[in-house]
Amino acid sequence: MKFSESWLRSLVDTSLPSEELAHLLTMAGLEVEELAPVAPVFDKVVVAQVLSREKHPDADRLNLLKVDVGQGVPLDIVCGAQNVTVGMKAPCALVGAKLPGIEIKQAKVRGIASFGMMCSDKELGLAEESSGLLELPTDAPVGQDIRDYLSLNDASITLKLTPNRCDCLSLYGIAREVAALTNAGLQAVPAASFKQDSARSVPVKVEAAEACPRYSGRVITGVNARAATPDWMVRRLERSGLRSISAIVDVTNYVLLELGQPLHAFDLAKLNGGITVRFARADEKIKLLNEQTIALESDMLVIADANSAVALAGVMGGAASAVDDATADIFLESAFFAPGVIVGKSRRLGFGSDSSYRFERGVDFAATQIALDRATQLILDICGGQAGAVTEVLGQLPERLPVKLRLARVQRVLGLTLDADEIGGILARLNMGFQRTGDTFSVTPPSYRFDIAIEEDLIEEVARVHGYENIQPLPPMASMTMLPRTEIQRPIAAVRQVMVQRDYQEAINYAFVEAEAERDLCGNIQPVKLQNPIASQMSVMRSSLLGGLLATLRTNLARKQPRVRVFEIGACFGSSAQQERLAGLCYGSAAAEQWGAAMRNVDFYDVKGDVEALFAPADLSFVAATHPASHPGRSAQIMMRGKAVGWIGELHPQWMQQYDIPQAAVWFEIDLSALMRADVPHATVISRFPPVRRDLAVVVGENVTVLSLLSSMREENAPYVTELALFDQYRGKGVEEGEKSLAFRVLLQDTQKTLNDAEIDQSIARLTAALQQQGARLRI
Amino acid sequence: MQELEQILDEALKQFAAIEQAAELEQVKARYLGKDGSLTQLLKGLGKLTAEERPAAGARINQVKQQIEAALQARRNALQQQALQQKLAAEALDVTLPGRGLGVGGLHPVTRTLERIETLFHSVGFDVATGPEIETDFYNFTALNIPQDHPARAMHDTFYVEDGRVLRTHTSPIQIRYMEAHVAQHHNLDIMPDIRIIAPGRVYRVDSDATHSPMFHQVEGLWIGERVSFADLKGVVADFLKRFFETENLQVRFRPSFFPFTEPSAEIDMGWGDRWLEIGGCGMVHPNVLKHVNIDSEKYLGFAFGLGVERLAMLRYGVNDLRLFFENDLQFLKQFS
Repeated sequence: MKFSESWLRSLVDTSLPSEELAHLLTMAGLEVEELAPVAPVFDKVVVAQVLSREKHPDADRLNLLKVDVGQGVPLDIVCGAQNVTVGMKAPCALVGAKLPGIEIKQAKVRGIASFGMMCSDKELGLAEESSGLLELPTDAPVGQDIRDYLSLNDASITLKLTPNRCDCLSLYGIAREVAALTNAGLQAVPAASFKQDSARSVPVKVEAAEACPRYSGRVITGVNARAATPDWMVRRLERSGLRSISAIVDVTNYVLLELGQPLHAFDLAKLNGGITVRFARADEKIKLLNEQTIALESDMLVIADANSAVALAGVMGGAASAVDDATADIFLESAFFAPGVIVGKSRRLGFGSDSSYRFERGVDFAATQIALDRATQLILDICGGQAGAVTEVLGQLPERLPVKLRLARVQRVLGLTLDADEIGGILARLNMGFQRTGDTFSVTPPSYRFDIAIEEDLIEEVARVHGYENIQPLPPMASMTMLPRTEIQRPIAAVRQVMVQRDYQEAINYAFVEAEAERDLCGNIQPVKLQNPIASQMSVMRSSLLGGLLATLRTNLARKQPRVRVFEIGACFGSSAQQERLAGLCYGSAAAEQWGAAMRNVDFYDVKGDVEALFAPADLSFVAATHPASHPGRSAQIMMRGKAVGWIGELHPQWMQQYDIPQAAVWFEIDLSALMRADVPHATVISRFPPVRRDLAVVVGENVTVLSLLSSMREENAPYVTELALFDQYRGKGVEEGEKSLAFRVLLQDTQKTLNDAEIDQSIARLTAALQQQGARLRI
Repeated sequence: MQELEQILDEALKQFAAIEQAAELEQVKARYLGKDGSLTQLLKGLGKLTAEERPAAGARINQVKQQIEAALQARRNALQQQALQQKLAAEALDVTLPGRGLGVGGLHPVTRTLERIETLFHSVGFDVATGPEIETDFYNFTALNIPQDHPARAMHDTFYVEDGRVLRTHTSPIQIRYMEAHVAQHHNLDIMPDIRIIAPGRVYRVDSDATHSPMFHQVEGLWIGERVSFADLKGVVADFLKRFFETENLQVRFRPSFFPFTEPSAEIDMGWGDRWLEIGGCGMVHPNVLKHVNIDSEKYLGFAFGLGVERLAMLRYGVNDLRLFFENDLQFLKQFS
């Protein structure tokens, strides 16, 4: 809502300076988004008339003017403007005037003295560009301060109104609010003085009574549609964000702004028969004032004449019945349409109007007639004509049911000790009718308030007028109990810290990705699709974090980062549920380039180590399995307690090529819930006897996995064995091609005694046998 | 016994001149060895008379002790010297960088969220989470935003093909949490207070220099028998002061409208000579409580919502929202 400050001040008698007025409105919930003066600061500029013009003897483009500025003696002024003519009126800055950027001094221009400066609108800061002097109307009074003549001591105020405050979508509504907040006097709406002097009327039938509880209209005949809109009205409209169009349209807009009542003027000659307010019929179409032809739907309310729909009720008039320069007779509509009937239509159509904006929020249904009279008066004043009789169809207007307001509740909700008299005072200032019984009020809100339905709504009104700033903040009181902290759930912050400590940088990517990435990297051909994505590369919801991390990698490769280690924790979306995941991606050297370690690229086992550290102390197993994103021979499913919890792999060379990634990247992705599970430790007896170590070195075929060997040894459950681990892998001299040598460390220990050789040998023999069963040969 | 003095004098000189431990042991033999000069003298005692023998023996022994002491002293000195040489040779350039992996870092938004969670946790707020794809009911209807309500225009919503929405705020978490809390405590006369914050990603159809289609919010909710608007002001102002570590931070509450709170307020914070909008808040609307079967006569509550990126930008001096989601390591590493 944008409006002229001086217009507001003409309606409410407040002495608050502009900035304070803006603060008052903001702190009452009518947020002032902008307070823009219509003209910059300048002074000593008056209306002047050019009396004569001569060429400057020494400069082709300059003129010597004699100018009347109302001081009796004309001034000599040198002027370079090309549109200057004898007799014209234009602003003149007198000697001593301070304009934006310049101060006017008596000066010689090419040898000739000049006693002031004729001004363009650009020079006064009223326009960005101009093509000559600002030409003023011929009746402009010579000598008058231009600021007064053009009402330049004004500002455009823009309010960012919340949807509940439809009562402030008018100058009068805002004035009413200022009056309530400051106790300043509110001007009455100018009374109409015209007489009905025509019998012409249009019959009105309302078929949709609930949708249109009130419909009023008046015929005005013999208007001059070409009449010029008065300057004061044009200025107020412009400073309130509306362009002047034609006198009749301007008047309807003016009253819309002044009183908040949308009005519509039909060209009476273009209407056939009486008016019917009804819902649109099947296959009905209408071409609206914005030149759009729309197919009407059955829940759209229309104003129709005997033939067809002539307006989309509360939204926009039809092009066919619009007023134009030739219009002589008009039918002026002022109605109240139920908010529920208008709401949602502009969103569905893709456009709205000042009318629909107000009707869908709520228009004062008690002011329909007042607005009609006000507009009639203004049209008669500007365009002439004869006012006809009002046709009104009145149905069931919205009820204003009394709302209970209890003092104790006000105090409890606000934490504030107001007394009942103060509350009564506030209600009265807001024009809320009420009956008070002890500390309880029964409040009936005015017809222009559509946001007072329950007690809390009134409590907000009380708090607002009392001032939110006058409610003292309190440290809250609570009965304290400790918050539960489950030990079997690792805090997510601890999980993040593991990644950070292992040199990963956290990234946050958008959750929407390209459909192709989902298909390529995740084999997901049925992603969760958005109906209204902001861009095609963000059209589906990710089912994996990998796509985002690859994007992060590419961003950083493009910015010449040689080494990228990133992780992300976030939701992934499948057809049924969402799953929180943690994913990581490593690229470049295993460790940052340094003096003390040879450079080598990060590989599968580096990242596997990170994954194991993340899950530590839980035991994981890694099962070779293919994933669309990964190199088929360098990909594994991560298993914990027999359940798949994630994937790890080296990026498939195909995607390296497609995404322009020169070296192999290793990635992993884990179900966060598996990662956050932790066991509560349970202590067991520790041994005081020294452990014995035996190493077992075997040769096996390349296709035998370490896991299969370890598993078969573990299944043996050989006594005293407390640890089984691989500590070396060897290929080369002494080992046949196609085979590998593996060395295992075995620790044996008993809690009760030192083990003797026989006991140790027995256990080792069982492990050896288990290895041999897997085809392993002992290396001696 | 002039010979004895000579031997001592000679031995001391020789020891002092020796620089190698092995050499020292060889020289030692010349005096103290089987054929050493001192040993010879001792052997020669037998030739002396019984009267002369004790004094001469004592004298020789004295010299022997002196030589042994000198020998040991020289041994120690040489050992020390050798150790010093070894240590000097082993000295490192301690200014060479340390070896191994570096340390990564958290995203500034996460860093901010962790800080917010810590501060609220200190006054007993638990953290609640919920799904990012929500039903229309949880995102709107349960929050007192019926279909076609003008307030829906305030939320430029992403719709999923099946009709669900990407949550436009983390408020649905509050609804889900209240439902679960009520179900858990329905048999008690007095329901324990609900005190949670709900952090998370939210989505709006909006993308320019100051709007991201995905961003983070943290909302807070406190429901109890004695919770007032004054308390809301107290908690929010307290948080902002602690978050920005500025005791005299200016915070103001200005009337506003949200369908799910009544009264409602915008939270502004003094920043330089301006007021910055930092979030919204209010007393939970009775209709919202009704949706989750909480008696609004008995219980009151407040809720607030803050933009995490906004807080992070102000706290860390980030001037462009888009930097958060570009994931340029140069930017991210500044928050390690």
